Amino acid sequence: MRNRSHRTRQLTDLIVRVLSGMAAMVGVFALGWILYEVLARGIRAINFSFFTELPVPPGMPGGGLANAIVGTLIITIMATVLGVIIGMFAGVYLAEYGKDRPYANSVRFAANMLMGTPSIIIGVFVYALMVLPAHHFSGYAGAIALAIIMLPVIARTTEDMMNLVPNALRESALALGAPRWKVTTSVVFKSAKTGLLTGVLLAVARVSGETAPLLFTALNSPYWPKTLNGPTANLTVSIFNYAMSPYSNWQQIAWGASLLIMISVLAVNISARFLFRGEKDNAG
Amino acid sequence: MSKFDFVFKGVSVFCAALVLIIVCGMFIELVRSSALSFHYFGFKFFISSEWNPVTQQFGALTSIYGTLVSTMIAMLIAVPLSLVIALFLVELAPPKVSQIIGVAIELLAAIPSIIYGMWGLFVFAPFMADHVQPLLGKAGGNLPFFKGPPMGIGMLTAGIIIALMILPFISSVTRDVFEMVPKVVKESAYGVGATTWEVTKKVTIRYGLKGVIGAAFLGLGRALGETMAVTFVIGNDHSISSSLFAAGNSIASTLANEFTEASEPMYLSSLIELGLALYVITFIVQLFAHWWLARVQKAAGSGL
Repeated sequence: MRNRSHRTRQLTDLIVRVLSGMAAMVGVFALGWILYEVLARGIRAINFSFFTELPVPPGMPGGGLANAIVGTLIITIMATVLGVIIGMFAGVYLAEYGKDRPYANSVRFAANMLMGTPSIIIGVFVYALMVLPAHHFSGYAGAIALAIIMLPVIARTTEDMMNLVPNALRESALALGAPRWKVTTSVVFKSAKTGLLTGVLLAVARVSGETAPLLFTALNSPYWPKTLNGPTANLTVSIFNYAMSPYSNWQQIAWGASLLIMISVLAVNISARFLFRGEKDNAG
Repeated sequence: MSKFDFVFKGVSVFCAALVLIIVCGMFIELVRSSALSFHYFGFKFFISSEWNPVTQQFGALTSIYGTLVSTMIAMLIAVPLSLVIALFLVELAPPKVSQIIGVAIELLAAIPSIIYGMWGLFVFAPFMADHVQPLLGKAGGNLPFFKGPPMGIGMLTAGIIIALMILPFISSVTRDVFEMVPKVVKESAYGVGATTWEVTKKVTIRYGLKGVIGAAFLGLGRALGETMAVTFVIGNDHSISSSLFAAGNSIASTLANEFTEASEPMYLSSLIELGLALYVITFIVQLFAHWWLARVQKAAGSGL
């Protein structure tokens, strides 16, 4: 260490602390700024008819996004059911059967790659796979695109959470004569349930704000989603369409929808964190 | 093995296989659907800047250029910033403060891309046009980067917003890497009288620098594919300009804007080829990031 006085060293330390604190504040400030603007502008657009009425042409007063809210709910629920079932089974394979086998490692590798694949590419993929052959956009395609995004997230968290369950638990159940599937579903799942639920919630929070994969699959529609076998109204694509329009009342509605999406995504995300933290405290 | 056990295992093996099938299937499907444009334009596709749906001439250069430039701006901002934030959270902040700020930074990652887009277009772009860009224009003097009218939207704004979006990813991985530094080493440094900054500089950073590179590449993968926020603020113009204030486009924003309008097979095929290019690039970047991080982890695992 160079020969420097105690004072200078203390001063450098202080300066660095302040600078790094400021860098952290940049992040916090950006978060606050975004939350504030969406809240302040969104709240003006939200009223009773926002939740109950269909969209109206630009310039006309009133109207809402009731169809898009319903559409987003249906698409997200469908994606969640698909993604959770397939993802959990994949996770079960990795944690209980695959372990260090080359096949399991290549699945893990693929899941990591899929997790980082831009969601718009998944949209293009589902478009080429489903929309192009069928010659029309569909809510089903949208749900599948979202399910593909969820799949690797659920698979990896399921694996991680199941790995936390001590092997002694599995062994004692097996020793009592329980078949393997029963051990997995009623012993391992049960003791990992909070972790599993956290993973599902985080995955749901992630896909419910997704727009890019829905652009080419579910598209959007001004009508009620009577069938998913055609363009289906949804909130995020509505935000995109309305925000890009030159009409101020449409832009206003886009802010309302943004607020709705942001609140639901953050609520799910934060409750997942609380859930997991509570569990950790119990365990500790 | 009971019968149901066999079925249960079979289903889980199949579901695991689905992950592999999707990743490979995506590659095959994109190659298949872009074959038309690839055969017609060949490698010229990647060096031509002409993009004209009317004459059916397509080249990817403007989109690739925009993706690279906006990503580069984002990385230049996000990497140093998240490095400092990670250091703050791990070494410098009191535990309570670190926890609260850590959650706030992580929530930045939870906000959907489209919300960044709304905020970027209606709040941040006007702010850039009114306050930041005129200043940069003056300070930049004759530099070509800061020329042109301050419109708010454009490469620079897109880059800054991407930086905000990848910040939490890079800082959380960096944080994990810094936390892997053995406590004993840090404590010995404190023991000989080093200040917090000296420990940070001489122990934590030196130990964790390799991990930071992996984290940066993970962020890079995200930045390259960022779609909605970029589509809102980049301006969507098929042109190449040396000014960062100018409107441009990126691969992802071109896809988001034009995909549903592409009625001719050649147009669609060219767009899918753009998508394929993006898929391949992000795949390689991620591959490197994971390989690198695994190596760093292994090195840290073997101790001193």
